[in-house]
Amino acid sequence: MIEQLAVFSENKPGRLERITRVLAEAHVNIRAFHVASLGEMGIIKIVVDRTEDAYRALSAHGTVRKMPVVAVRVTDRPGALHTVAAVLAQAGINIENVSGFGISRSEAILILEVSDVPGAERILSASEFTTLDEGEFAAVVG
Amino acid sequence: MSEVYDPLEIAPRADLAALQLDRLRWTVSQAARSTYYAALFAALKLGPDSIASPDDLRRIPFTEKQHLRETYPFGLLAVPKDEVVRMHHSSGTTGMATAVFHTMRDVDHWADLVARCLYMVGVRRGDVFQNMMTYGLFTGGLGLHYGAEKLGCFIIPTGAGNSHRQIEFMRIFSTTFIHIIPSYALALLGVFEETGVDPKGLSLKLAVGGAEPYSEGMRERLQKSWGIPFYNCYGLSEMQGPGVAFECPAQHGLHLWEDSYLVEIIDPDTGEPKPDGEEGELVLTSLTREAMPLLRFRTRDLTSIIPEPCPCGRTHRRLSRIQGRSDDMFIVRGVNIFPLQIERVLMSMPEVGRNYLIVVDREGYVDRLTVRVELTPDAFQGELAQLRTLQEKIARALREEILVNPRVELVEPGSIPHQEGKAVRVIDERT
Repeated sequence: MIEQLAVFSENKPGRLERITRVLAEAHVNIRAFHVASLGEMGIIKIVVDRTEDAYRALSAHGTVRKMPVVAVRVTDRPGALHTVAAVLAQAGINIENVSGFGISRSEAILILEVSDVPGAERILSASEFTTLDEGEFAAVVG
Repeated sequence: MSEVYDPLEIAPRADLAALQLDRLRWTVSQAARSTYYAALFAALKLGPDSIASPDDLRRIPFTEKQHLRETYPFGLLAVPKDEVVRMHHSSGTTGMATAVFHTMRDVDHWADLVARCLYMVGVRRGDVFQNMMTYGLFTGGLGLHYGAEKLGCFIIPTGAGNSHRQIEFMRIFSTTFIHIIPSYALALLGVFEETGVDPKGLSLKLAVGGAEPYSEGMRERLQKSWGIPFYNCYGLSEMQGPGVAFECPAQHGLHLWEDSYLVEIIDPDTGEPKPDGEEGELVLTSLTREAMPLLRFRTRDLTSIIPEPCPCGRTHRRLSRIQGRSDDMFIVRGVNIFPLQIERVLMSMPEVGRNYLIVVDREGYVDRLTVRVELTPDAFQGELAQLRTLQEKIARALREEILVNPRVELVEPGSIPHQEGKAVRVIDERT
């Protein structure tokens, strides 16, 4: 598993600018980014290449939590996400959120927020998917 | 000269003064039957004949809301409990609540005063009265109800809310007057528009506005849109409820019934008396209340006495429109709220910090209360669902305390500006 950062923020102009500025100044590169809003407030979820640096920088400027997510390496072709989803559905594991990005012309990384992180990793590995830990993730994206 | 419900309304000042003196002496001895005043009089070495005139009254210190809270529930009760037929009660829980008691005679006299008020503005037997004020522990509902009943009105006790139904009733039953809080009267204009009903086409002839102050500008707007006069009613539960003072058709000041209340206007900082015509804090001494008489009660309402006699001929002096408060209490949709109540609820929740801001504004026609509170960093778990649950938990806890449904905004720690000196906790953007 790898760690995602969740930043609490008010839903108003300037907040995204501030958070991305903090990350830029810390020389952190963003890999996945997701904004969830609920009226006046929201949460920004970020996966970066240097989690600890990002966490330190963001903590100094706001409220941030680390949360475990599953990083899965997949072949970048039609049906890849579907297969992952099917495996998790079979196992009764809920997907809260998913995002992804390509790392080469033939491969991609999926970032999955799930209801049961260890369970998801177990079942995906058993189905011959490659799940990444922090070190492996950094090596792939860094 | 107007018709009066009670000849006392036009009694010469000298007769009024004599009556007040009699009633003051009675009230002081009645008050001495409560534990609070008994102890106070003992400490001041005041005997039954010590208070022989209104000037002597100044030997007694002011009674404040805090005293009611501290002696809750029965410290100010002056009759045996089995003589109490009614109780009214404020919002708030331990340390913030007040209870006010009434004997049968208190309820009856209250009804008479309200009848006097309504008669003054033209209410008569046969008028159809839709009482759109909350019934229950608040005094507004039952207070006007009993007074209107004395006059023989056809009363529809709708209470507040259910706007479409309220309008239907006005149509079907040909309501001729209503009792309503001004902000609700404003909100109803929106419902009239929405349903295509013209309030001017109904049978209404007047409205009584109470439970919250509102500007002259807003009153003019209401009168214009509804097509009827809105008369101001003043009251406080400690003195009975609505009907302590009321406007006459001249709509220039509210006649305060001096046969039932002794009026003082004081400087809120020094406690010294202010002359007629100058603004200060209204202090009232009840003259007829049996169950719970109060002496020199600081209302915290800022007003002045209008010195000139009124063209209507009534000899009871008028109070000018209430200008504000000398404490931090504010009113939303007719409900009194103290920032301290909100603060105590927030302090009991570790997920939020002590820094908060209360914003009262108006969205369209409706009053809105928002409590902005800083999230404690440790309380953030990274999920929206958790934030939503927390928001709802705070709103529910606040609602239980203040009896109004607030919007709760969770904001980032440090985003509510810290203030030097006395914190401004409430921003009221209504006009």
